[in-house]
Amino acid sequence: MCTTCGCGDAPKFEIRGEGGRPLPFGHVDAGKAVQLFGAGHPHDHDHAHPHDHAHPHDHAHPHDHAHPHDHAHPHDHAHPHDHDHDHDHDHGTLLHHHGTGPAGVTVPGMSQTRLIEVETAILAKNDGIAASNRRVLDALGVFSVNLVSSPGSGKTTLLCRTIEMLGAAPLAVIEGDQQTSNDADRIRATGARALQINTGKGCHLDAQMVGTAIDALRPLPGSYLFIENVGNLVCPAAFDLGEDAKVAILSVTEGEDKPLKYPDMFTAAKLAILNKTDLAPHCDADLDAYEANLRRVNPAITVLRVSARTGEGMAAWISWLRAGLQEKAR
Amino acid sequence: MHEMSLCESIREVIEDQARTHGFARVVHLRLEIGRFAGVEKSALEFAFGVVMRGSPAEDAALEMIDLPGRAMCFDCGKTVEIEDRFALCPECGGAKLLPAGGDEMRIKDMEVL
Repeated sequence: MCTTCGCGDAPKFEIRGEGGRPLPFGHVDAGKAVQLFGAGHPHDHDHAHPHDHAHPHDHAHPHDHAHPHDHAHPHDHAHPHDHDHDHDHDHGTLLHHHGTGPAGVTVPGMSQTRLIEVETAILAKNDGIAASNRRVLDALGVFSVNLVSSPGSGKTTLLCRTIEMLGAAPLAVIEGDQQTSNDADRIRATGARALQINTGKGCHLDAQMVGTAIDALRPLPGSYLFIENVGNLVCPAAFDLGEDAKVAILSVTEGEDKPLKYPDMFTAAKLAILNKTDLAPHCDADLDAYEANLRRVNPAITVLRVSARTGEGMAAWISWLRAGLQEKAR
Repeated sequence: MHEMSLCESIREVIEDQARTHGFARVVHLRLEIGRFAGVEKSALEFAFGVVMRGSPAEDAALEMIDLPGRAMCFDCGKTVEIEDRFALCPECGGAKLLPAGGDEMRIKDMEVL
């Protein structure tokens, strides 16, 4: 079963270098994803670690007086509370009865089941790796953006144009697509360093894929890192990659109400680029309505009107990037 | 959204917990799902049944606890509870609400045998 959207087989992703050559990263252990990064980089490991140590509270107590160690141990962390406890919570229609075993044996005062408090975010593993990616990038002063959009909004064209305009500034690109290394090839044609992640049947990039790609790319200190996510306005919203900002790209041919239809992504984004503005007169697009709907789902979002094709509005986007990088340098 | 993938993550957590705490079966599992988490509960329920096959949580009862949606109102500055993404501010009627909670997806606890 696919660990991304359940649409396929085993979780598999490939990272392709130049010429579409697969790099030797298939399944990388979560812990190794960042350790591979090489010596000399200050990076803290912050993966989600289910800290399940046994707690042998066995201090030697050379006191002769009676020690009634009967105090309650209010362990608030998720720990195996092995004590028996009859909890009387209401379970609506659920069919389990404390005190009645599978064989129908009732032991008064004894509960057969025990409660384990887990208190863990479902995506804790992804979030832990994302935090680790973030630390690596922060330590290097790298400004990273996660470009998210529907397929066909013009992410790759925007990126190519951005790379040209950033000139000599050091940068690297991680491209995510289900198949082909076309996008990474397009980026490399600009002279920039790029890696392609093929998610196979997966519908989004996750933190582990990006961590592995960061290891392989080794972004330069003070550089930009562009992560072009799989074209999908739904799933990538929930998966933190360790980026500084999600940038949502929306082209003027997509319909003014798109932010209302897919609010999660536009809520998660710091910046929205309204792209292909050169086409607006040809498709009766109401740019003000696009902006109003973006602000309806995210009052804090910054909106830039851009045409990557004509270059209109690109200067403001470049300024936004430069300001982000400067912020990271502090 | 990607309920199958969420269930895969839940299964990993359960299997880890089973190794740590030495239990064979999960009888009952409680999740906390925020109103804005983007989780389709019926899809999650379906995926849960499929993904847990062969795991300690096969046949476990799944309970989902709703957590309210919270948002910050840009008009009156208050943090308010709202029912849906496009609700107006219950305090001032404003429409500029930024979600400020309710995107939780947590495994709360489980009852095991």
